[in-house]
Formats: sequence, structure tokens, C-alpha cells
Amino acid sequence: MKKVMEGNHAISYGVQASEVQVISAYPITPQTQIVERLSELCAGGELDAKFIKVESEHSAMAAVIGASAAGARAFTATSSQGLLLMHEMLHWAVGARLPVVLANVNRAVGPPWNIWTDQNDSLSQRDTGMLQLYCESNQEVFDTVLQAYRIGEKVMLPVMLVLDAFFLSHTSEIVDVFGPDEAREYLPPYRPAESLSPESPKAFGNLTGPDNYYELRYSIFNDMQRAIDVAKEADDEFERLFGRRYGIVEEYRTDGADTILVTSGTVTSTAREVVDELRDAGRAVGLLKMRLFRPFPTHEVRRVLGGRRKVAVIDRNIGFGVGGIFAQEIKSALWGVGEHLPLFSFIAGIGGRDVTPDVIKEIMDITDSSEMPTEEVYWIGVKDEQLSYLTK
Amino acid sequence: MSNYHISQNELMTSGHLACQGCGATQAMRFALKALGSRTVMVMPACCWSVIDGPFPHTAVQIPIFHTAFETAASTASGVKAGLQMRGDHETTVVAWAGDGGTFDIGLQALSGAAERNEDIIFVCYDNEAYMNTGVQRSSATPLGAWTTTTPYPHLKSRPKKRMLDILVAHGIPYIATASVAYPDDLVQKFYTARKISGMRFIHVFAPCPTGWKSPPEITVELARLAVETRLFPLLEVTDGKYYRVWKDLPKRPVRDYIKLQGRFSRMGDEEIDRIEQEVEERWQELLQRETLREMKTSS
Repeated sequence: MKKVMEGNHAISYGVQASEVQVISAYPITPQTQIVERLSELCAGGELDAKFIKVESEHSAMAAVIGASAAGARAFTATSSQGLLLMHEMLHWAVGARLPVVLANVNRAVGPPWNIWTDQNDSLSQRDTGMLQLYCESNQEVFDTVLQAYRIGEKVMLPVMLVLDAFFLSHTSEIVDVFGPDEAREYLPPYRPAESLSPESPKAFGNLTGPDNYYELRYSIFNDMQRAIDVAKEADDEFERLFGRRYGIVEEYRTDGADTILVTSGTVTSTAREVVDELRDAGRAVGLLKMRLFRPFPTHEVRRVLGGRRKVAVIDRNIGFGVGGIFAQEIKSALWGVGEHLPLFSFIAGIGGRDVTPDVIKEIMDITDSSEMPTEEVYWIGVKDEQLSYLTK
Repeated sequence: MSNYHISQNELMTSGHLACQGCGATQAMRFALKALGSRTVMVMPACCWSVIDGPFPHTAVQIPIFHTAFETAASTASGVKAGLQMRGDHETTVVAWAGDGGTFDIGLQALSGAAERNEDIIFVCYDNEAYMNTGVQRSSATPLGAWTTTTPYPHLKSRPKKRMLDILVAHGIPYIATASVAYPDDLVQKFYTARKISGMRFIHVFAPCPTGWKSPPEITVELARLAVETRLFPLLEVTDGKYYRVWKDLPKRPVRDYIKLQGRFSRMGDEEIDRIEQEVEERWQELLQRETLREMKTSS
């Protein structure tokens, strides 16, 4: 059924369709509508779940870990500072092999306070072992909730679903939603092989020395690698049942393209328009949308970018002391397999600054203007008057 | 309480990794006799995360979920909700934390769970310092005590946090203090707690010979002295209001307790007298609360 809804509510209805049994969350702008709508669905009996309204995000993640360990399907949602507070427990969910799903609304990290979108909150959880999927539309947000549970429960790892603050969270779009009855074939009830049960008393997570810990980490690594194929299968099956697919990455007009622009999140939608315009003007550019960030789709990136003339990457994030995080990951994927194409790394849109068609055109012009990058990192749109004020 | 029959069934096994004379180990053994096998335990970082034994061993015959230091109460809340959603409404969920995981780093999550009246039993086995990491002070460490982070002459300069009052302020259904020197009473209190639904808090006094610099063979004697000196009164509080204080025990001077422990070896007579006075004031205050709102029903 098609409904007009904001991205946050698309999450809530995805959770309802997934028949989540335990929810725990703490409110933070711009995530609040997710938990408000879930509270209403629980209160109205439209979702049979326990909602534990905790006193912090750290406790929210701990509670869903407990619920998942007891064998229930569990969900939490947060943003920015809340995700950072959860950090310790993200590692815990991974190590305990619990497939909880977390929706993170990308929001800049303070100080100074800023409630608008950028990716530093989620990308700084890069090495926790949580899967990460970045969404572009509210439809993709709804669909990805179901995909996240399907993938996570097959590899027994937690999954983070990421959506941009305001551009998705608070923007209404048409979303084709369905309920649990239609979802069940795609997402059967969660039945873990092991869970906390007095019938089968076991200790989970007790002290483990160098003789065993190493292999436990190796198994997480392997299951993360396996998650790439599992995510592809989850997307194929989703298309078979519901007629929509996203890929773990998506190519847009890459046929015959010399230069590929790489984006993630809602910048992608703007970039599609710019690519169309540049193509019409006879410039051989294409687009690669990064949807799955962890595990990193190394082979897909090599396949799409291999043999091109140049690549330009837009990062709505900054790794201080290094550069854009997606750019670093893409360089790393291309290195050592004979691909020496010039990579132009652009920072844009941090703290919710608009990434307009003109910004993307400027990025493509810079990429076109020299054979090799002239800077390690290009910061687009830095205001000189702001800088001179700051250095006074 | 004298008629209570303690189960002969041992859910705690030999082969655990506790120090000699460990009070926390006795606390677990007695608690499990009342809790029974339909129990799931959530354990944050504490001595017991080591005592239970390394992978693939465990020293208790109930499921244990080890969790991060500050999350005993929040993880236990999730476990209870998860079990209920799977149709298991019988299993007792217990958070089993040390004083650090209760008084300090775990206090926020504990307060949250208490305010929500989660259907769990939160147990604090209190050995009055961070013993697992090698005897550092916690907010449960008493005034004047030596620890590795309160070395002489910078001995603990503040009194022990009044945890009981914090829990009372949450108005939860059941609070009790218990001691490993009174196993029949301890078992009875866990049995009482098990039959109540909602948030229950049991504060178990558990001496630590390693950290207190006391001979391992006097653990039970120290635990008894803590009660008889009224440093650690045995009591119950229901609904955050109604008190029952164990009064019919002999009164011993605080000095008898202090003098047996190396951690108090620098404590002078004047300081001991001040502590005695403070203990008496606290005791009178407790009796007044009990007089004001005495527990009517026998539990």
C-alpha cells in the first residue's frame, strides 16, 4: 500500500513489518519520530513488542543485546552523540554474535551542537564489526529494514541502517509499505541456534584466552566477508517477492563513462541529475552509489572503477589527519590490483551544508581540469570570510 | 526464618577461580539455592566474571550472560523482555554485580531499571572496592580504609555511599540487605524476592580477605561482626516505605570489626569512636523509619 511518509516513519513501519519483539531506545533529534511512531504502534496493539524506554542510548543497546541473547528479534534507533555513547555496546553485539538492527540517522557530532546531517557518527563505528547500509530514499529505508534483519540473522552479526538527517528523516515521500503477513516469506521468525535458556544452561562471553579469542575474531571476519554474498542474495530475493532491488552498490550511467563519481546517501539523488545533465552535454561521466559500506564491497568497486580514466569521490565526512573516509576505502580497494587511476577526493556537505547540483558540477569540473589531483583532499565551498574570522 | 529449609541441591560447582575465603562465592552458592535452576543471570565485569571460570568452563548450572561493566540492569531488562516475548514468563532474571557495577559505573542503568520497575532481581555483592582489578577504592569503600588508590596517608576520606537510600527513593517493591554470615536469612530473602514481581534489589555483604587484608578463615566472622556492630544492618524495605530491621542481635563495638582488618591498620581510637557514633546515629534513624512505617505483613 502506498503512503506518504517521512523517512523516520518508514523505519517504524519496517520494524512493524519485521515483527520485531523487543525495542529499546532513547530519544535524540533527528531520530525521535522513529520511536514515537513505534510507541504508538505498540500502544495501539499494531505491533506486539515490548518497548523498553531506557535512560540512555548505552542502556538501549545493552537492552536489545539482552533481548537478542534471549532469542528475540530486537531493534534500536539513534543518531550522532547517541551512537557514540553506544559504541562500546556495538562491539559487544558483534562479539556476542547478536543480529540486532540499529537505525542511525546521520547527524553531525558536537561540539559545536549541530543537528544536521553528516556521516562521521556512523563511519566512526567502522571497525566495530557491525554491517552498515546507507540509504538514498524513504522507500529504500523501509525495504532495508527487512533486508537488514534477513542479512544479520544469516551471518549472526548486528546491522546498522543509515539515513540522512532531515533529507530523509523528516522529508515525506511516497513509500510502498506492507505488513507482517506479506513480509513473513521473506523474513521468517528469528530462531537462533543458541539463546539464554534454563533448559540449556551455558555461559556466554566469559573469559577467553589467546588460545581461543583469536579464532573467534577470525570467524567474525569470515562471516563479514560472507555477508557480501548474503546481502546480494537478500536483495535478489527481495526483488523476486517485492519487485525492487538496490544492489550492494548501484551503477548509474556507467556504460562508456571515463570518469566515475562515487557517492552515498542522499547526495546520490542530486548526483543522478548532474550526471544526466553532463551526459547530455557530451561528457562521459557515470555514478557509483555505495550502499553497503561494511563489509566493504571491494570486488564490486574494482569491477565498476577498473579501467576508467578517473574517479571522483564525495565524502560527507572527514577523517581528520587523513581525508574523506569513503575515498580512503576506495583507494584501498583499488591498490595492489594494477589499478592506478587518479582518485580525486572531495569533502562536501559536512554539518548539513547543502550539496547542490552546482557543488557537484564544481567537483566534476575540478576532476576534469587536471590529469592528476593537485591536492590530497579538496574541501568544496570553504568560506574565506569564515576562516579569517576563526583565525583572528 | 529459623524454620526455613535450605535446599541441598548445589547449583554452584567446585572448580571456580575465587580466592580463599571469598565472600562473593558464598553469596552465589546460597543465592542459587533459593533462586533455583529456572534462573538466567546477567553478569557485568566483576570478580564473578573471573570466578565463574574461563571458556569453556562455568561454575554454575544456570545460563550466564556476561555483559559490559555499566550494563547489568539494562541488559537484564532486555533479557527479561526477550524471554517474555518468547513466551517464557517463569524464568527469574538476575543481574549479579559487584559494588563497582552497582554503586559507581552501573548506577545510571540501575536507576533506570528501578524507575521502570523492571521485573528483575538486582544483586549487589559488596566487597567494598574494585577487588577484581586489584583493590582500588569504589564509592562503597568505607571511610578510613586503605586501598591501592587510597594509600596511606591518603586513606579513603569520604564515607560509604548510602546505596540503600538511593534504592528506597525509587519506591521499588522489594529491597533487602543480607550477609554471608546469615545463610538462612540470605536464602529466605532471595526466596521472598523470587516470589515478588517487579524490581527487587538485594545488597549482600561479602568480605574479601585479599582486599581487606584479613585472614581467609575469618570471612564469616567479619560478615557477622559487620551486622552485629550495625555497620551493615540486616533489613527489608517494601514499596520504598515499609521497613523491617533485624534488631534482636547482640550489639558489638565497631572496634571489634575494625581491628581484625589490615585495611584499617592505621585507624586511630578517635576515628573509631567517631565511626561508632555515626553508626549509632544511622541505626537510630533506621529504627525511626521502621517505627514510622513498619512492615505489616510477614514475607
